[in-house]
Amino acid sequence: MNFDLEYAGEILPDLLLAFVQYTLVATLLGIGVAAVLGLLFAVIRQLRIPVLTQLLTAFIEFIRSTPLLVQLFFLFYALPGMGVTLSPMMAGVTGLGVHYACYMADVYRSGIDAVPRGQWEASVALQLPPRVTWQRVVLPQAIRNVLPSLGNYAIAMFKETPFLAFITVPELLHQAQEVGANTYEYVEPFALAGLIFLAASYPTALLLRRLERRLETR
Amino acid sequence: MNDIPTVWDWTGNLLTGLRITLLVTVLGTILMIAIAIVLGLMARSRRIAVRGIARVVIEFFRGTSLPIQLFFLFFGLPLLGIRFDPLACGVIAFGLNYGAYGSEVVRGSINAVPKPQWEAATALNLSAWQRMTRVIWPQAIPLMIPAMNNLFIQLLKSTPLLYAISLADIMTKAEDFRKAGGDATLMYLALMVIYFVLAYAVTLLSNMAEVIAKTRLGQHAGLRSVFTFRKPKPAEEAKLVDASSAAGGPGGVR
Repeated sequence: MNFDLEYAGEILPDLLLAFVQYTLVATLLGIGVAAVLGLLFAVIRQLRIPVLTQLLTAFIEFIRSTPLLVQLFFLFYALPGMGVTLSPMMAGVTGLGVHYACYMADVYRSGIDAVPRGQWEASVALQLPPRVTWQRVVLPQAIRNVLPSLGNYAIAMFKETPFLAFITVPELLHQAQEVGANTYEYVEPFALAGLIFLAASYPTALLLRRLERRLETR
Repeated sequence: MNDIPTVWDWTGNLLTGLRITLLVTVLGTILMIAIAIVLGLMARSRRIAVRGIARVVIEFFRGTSLPIQLFFLFFGLPLLGIRFDPLACGVIAFGLNYGAYGSEVVRGSINAVPKPQWEAATALNLSAWQRMTRVIWPQAIPLMIPAMNNLFIQLLKSTPLLYAISLADIMTKAEDFRKAGGDATLMYLALMVIYFVLAYAVTLLSNMAEVIAKTRLGQHAGLRSVFTFRKPKPAEEAKLVDASSAAGGPGGVR
């Protein structure tokens, strides 16, 4: 058996549709959740609120050291037993978002740590309230510094969206498997799925590298 | 027969699953290290053809998602006449994917060995082989270990994927438990704790490897010193703070 171009052309539209409708949507929503939640985690840890900070640190360590797939299964199969039923997509976005928030929290933290002490001291000298210090002085500088690292995690998350197939989200991998199961020809669907991922992630990675270089030279 | 199983009943099953998980993790890690070294060295070759091949392979395996690679190996390749058993599929997929990531670590660490070390090796008339094995690699290895440790843990955390290619790993056993009507919440929590402990063990091993590698360079007092509680003297502490603030500063994060 060889690679059948005609068959590949036939199934491509279906795969692309699944890719746009589910993979991309899940990625974007997941990035949104992770970016906001990660920032929240980082700020809470930086504020050193007694018990909360320690609990959060333990939670972050735990999530980072356990497999995403198990977390997704937990959200999808175990939570309904506790009275919380999430749709597959909701469970997927929550799982991806929380998982990567724990990674991004560390990235934000390194960015916050890198803001020079003088900036904090100047804010105190100017009598800025803490809220303004964070919002207008520290975070804009911190986030700008870590934008490339955040982008790298966003790409990593994008490449982990096929995990959602296992909790029945009909995204690209799921669609590829379904197409393959109909015809018993798995080579083309999976090859196309891989190529679609490559075509989306590689240019993004190149753009990020350029962004990184531009931020460095300033 | 129709009794609802408890997590306790499932201990034996989990242990047999754990054996598969560990086997694939260890074999996958070995393959990953081998591929990382080969691709990493190729990526800094002087010949453009060698470098080009390495870059294409690295970007291909980094850019196409791991689950898709695994499925291609398992479902796609047999149709092209190449058949691996599930265990080999897992090892190959993990080894190739994380090996591609690891090659960047290898390349970066070798490049991070200071230039004068290369020049000194040349000045001492060492052969290329001697230069790499006696001068460059011993210094590059401690630089690689922290980033490699992250990849080892990533690999370990990918092993639940094996359940999708019909390999009876620990995830499969947990799924059997859920399907048999057991308490899914408890089982998944137990599974996460097991993975957490495994990831922690990997980090401990990596830290030990780093200490050993540094001791050989004379940068560390050896493994035994890890277990002592001697606090740095005030003078040393001040020096450490100085060094870290000099290395830090704006933009020093990266």
